[in-house]
Amino acid sequence: MTVIFDGIASGLLLFLISVGLSVTLGLMNFVNLAHGSFAMLGGYVCVVLLNRLGVPFLAALPIVALASALVGVALERTLYRRLYGASDLDQVLFSIGLVFMSISTAHFFFGAQQQPLQLPAMLSGQINLPGLDIGVYRLFLIVVGLAIAIGLQWMIAGTRFGAQLRAAVDNPRTARGLGIDVDRVFVLTFALGPALAGLGGALGVEMLGLDPEFPVKYIVYFLIVVAVGGSGNIKGSLYASLIIGICDVAGKYYVPQVGAFVIYAVMVVTLIFRPQGLFGRNAAK
Amino acid sequence: MSYALETRNLVKRFGGFVATNDVTLKVEAGARHALIGPNGAGKTTLINLLTGFLEPSSGTVLLKGEDVTRLPQHQRVKRGLARTFQINRLFAKMTVLESVTLAVCERRGLGARWWNPVGSHVEAIDEAAQLLAQLRLLDVAHHETRSLAYGKQRLIEIALALAAKPSMLLLDEPAAGVPTGESRELFETIAQLPRDVTILLIEHDMDLVFRFADRISVLVNGGLVVEDTPEAIAKDKRVKEVYLGEALDG
Amino acid sequence: MTTTTLAGFDPAPLQRQARWKRAEYAFWLLPVAAYFAFGDQLALLSQIAITALFALSLDLILGYAGIVSLGHAAFFGIGAYTAGLMATHGWNQPLAGLAGAAVIAALAGFVTSFLVLRGSDLTRLMVTLGVALMLFEMANKLTHITGGVDGLQGIEMKPILGMFAFDLYGKTAYIYAMLVLFGLFWVARRIVHSPFGHSLRGIHLNMARMPALGTPVNARLIGVYTVAAAYAGVAGALLTQTTQFVSIDVLSFPRSAELLLILVLGGTGSLYGALIGTIVFMTAHHLLSDINPQYWQFWLGALLVVVVLFARDGVMGGLRALARRLPGAAK
Repeated sequence: MTVIFDGIASGLLLFLISVGLSVTLGLMNFVNLAHGSFAMLGGYVCVVLLNRLGVPFLAALPIVALASALVGVALERTLYRRLYGASDLDQVLFSIGLVFMSISTAHFFFGAQQQPLQLPAMLSGQINLPGLDIGVYRLFLIVVGLAIAIGLQWMIAGTRFGAQLRAAVDNPRTARGLGIDVDRVFVLTFALGPALAGLGGALGVEMLGLDPEFPVKYIVYFLIVVAVGGSGNIKGSLYASLIIGICDVAGKYYVPQVGAFVIYAVMVVTLIFRPQGLFGRNAAK
Repeated sequence: MSYALETRNLVKRFGGFVATNDVTLKVEAGARHALIGPNGAGKTTLINLLTGFLEPSSGTVLLKGEDVTRLPQHQRVKRGLARTFQINRLFAKMTVLESVTLAVCERRGLGARWWNPVGSHVEAIDEAAQLLAQLRLLDVAHHETRSLAYGKQRLIEIALALAAKPSMLLLDEPAAGVPTGESRELFETIAQLPRDVTILLIEHDMDLVFRFADRISVLVNGGLVVEDTPEAIAKDKRVKEVYLGEALDG
Repeated sequence: MTTTTLAGFDPAPLQRQARWKRAEYAFWLLPVAAYFAFGDQLALLSQIAITALFALSLDLILGYAGIVSLGHAAFFGIGAYTAGLMATHGWNQPLAGLAGAAVIAALAGFVTSFLVLRGSDLTRLMVTLGVALMLFEMANKLTHITGGVDGLQGIEMKPILGMFAFDLYGKTAYIYAMLVLFGLFWVARRIVHSPFGHSLRGIHLNMARMPALGTPVNARLIGVYTVAAAYAGVAGALLTQTTQFVSIDVLSFPRSAELLLILVLGGTGSLYGALIGTIVFMTAHHLLSDINPQYWQFWLGALLVVVVLFARDGVMGGLRALARRLPGAAK
């Protein structure tokens, strides 16, 4: 039971970080392998706020999201936008370039070691029930993750902005004709990715650790979520994250010798047999 | 006598939508057969079923009396079925001669040879050059495809199909996008093709169809409505209703 | 039959394509010159030759057939481990090691080629990445065979053909690696100028047209993917034999990513782009990482970004543009 509970918590953390990737990929057709760099950025910002400036953890989180979003927007305005519509390969190379740069920048400022993060007392500790040990922090992750999942789904499906976004993606020219500021919609959507990734990165320092290699270490997990969940599909990302989180935790617990092998295999098999993802809408349009 | 190309009760469904509805089409050897129909009648779907790009939901496709329904595209080409595309599908960065030589090499079964250079396959280059001469493309043989005018590119489209030495040639709107003057010239070239090449033409321009074809089939909503000589088709009431009205709008 | 007698038609430009050009002869004098000029850097020069062969392999599938891969290190690693394991199990003949690596890598290439036959570029990138990661994970966990993160040690090679022993200065290693590179380059050059190579270009330029010409597209792609895998395998084996060690890094993601960068930097689809990209990259790596290894990665990333944004055709694209401006240089 505890394994499943931990799995759900790490799944939701995975969801937080990868959903932004899914959105930029699915809705904006941009292959942003540098997504993990934004998560790392969030982690470092959080560490600095807490450890050096003494900002309380809960207050730091919104600042982290905002900071990551700002960096994201700055990069979008200067670099990313030049590559909308470029080939997948170009986008991949470009974002790998950003990953390399972010890794050595992190090295430069923080060194290679893991960053410590002291959680506030109210979020640490455990609740012990018969047969189930609930880490308070994991419970907190689950609550935040679910809240954001619901919020996102509502935003895309239920708000004016969501409608504008869908229109802008389907047909930018027509959307412009309807008076939608496509550029602005894209910037805001793009900013959402880094914001959530940064938030996830900050929340994840406790579970995933934080060092300069973070973007490379975990990018595969984020890609797997997108591959299995179907890109641009928020519910799909959620289910996929949960499955992967649970499998990963359970796998490491029960069959450590297999390691991450199974998860990679799941990704490859999914891509071959259901390129639109396990939870994607039907491929035939 | 068997037909050059024949379909029996061909059906293609996309989900609930019936794109090809029980089409039984017979194209006689040596014919100049035209397939017409309003936009969305399912002409391109039918072509895709004939060439093997799509698999039918039911029904059969026969080439020279032989069932090819389950054969992949390239094997139908080997059996003499070639096609052109409505929208150019050319090799933009190859020269005209390279493109056609490539096609000739494929037909001659040289395509998998990996040791001697293309330039050493003299007969293939020779044949490609003859083909270019026939289509009056020889003067641009060494030009890159993408540098040529659209009308010329349409001719390359035909050259690539002819390189397969087809007995059955499907022309999917060969004059699409070509200025009127040039399209006449294009059709003269097509009309000069030898009679041992059977041609099924899909065309929107009724003038061209009536001048070119000796047999016309009309496709509406995925099904064949009528098949007859051009004279009879011109008089046919049903055809006027379903087709000419629409053509006048366009 | 003789060449065509059509008036005013000269097939020579097409027939000349496969001939060796003067610049090419000159280029291949470089390795000889380098041997004498940088005799103290032979280890680095061997590395360049090996990486160039690896890049050549990627150019065959990406530059010619248009198959993108983010996991080409898989075959490099398979070759490296095959040669390493053969050597530790008593098969120390270098050439036998190369052959073994080529065969095993080709087999792996053949099997996995079915995964990249269809799908968008993105799907291919992720599938190849996934396959490479699976292999990495296997090598990582099967420590009793591969040595895991500690690497595979205890590799000793016999003299090549029983005559040329590997020496401390790396002279034999350099000449060996360079001869293998040249030989395989020569074969690759024949392949890309053959009808098979042309059909690959055709597939790259217009995948949808090829079946209409009667081309079995899948068979061609499987063919080139298998050959390219064998090339990568040989490159991996060369690394093992010249360094007498296999690190798990041979299978790592950065190796695949760097390879893509090398090829894009040099320019795809010309074979020489792969070689020039390697020389530029490895030299820069050598000079910059001497200064500071972490800065190097930063500049590597920056280089990628700049190349993608501003110099997509790579060094070869630049050279070609230059050649066009110089009249008479097109000979």
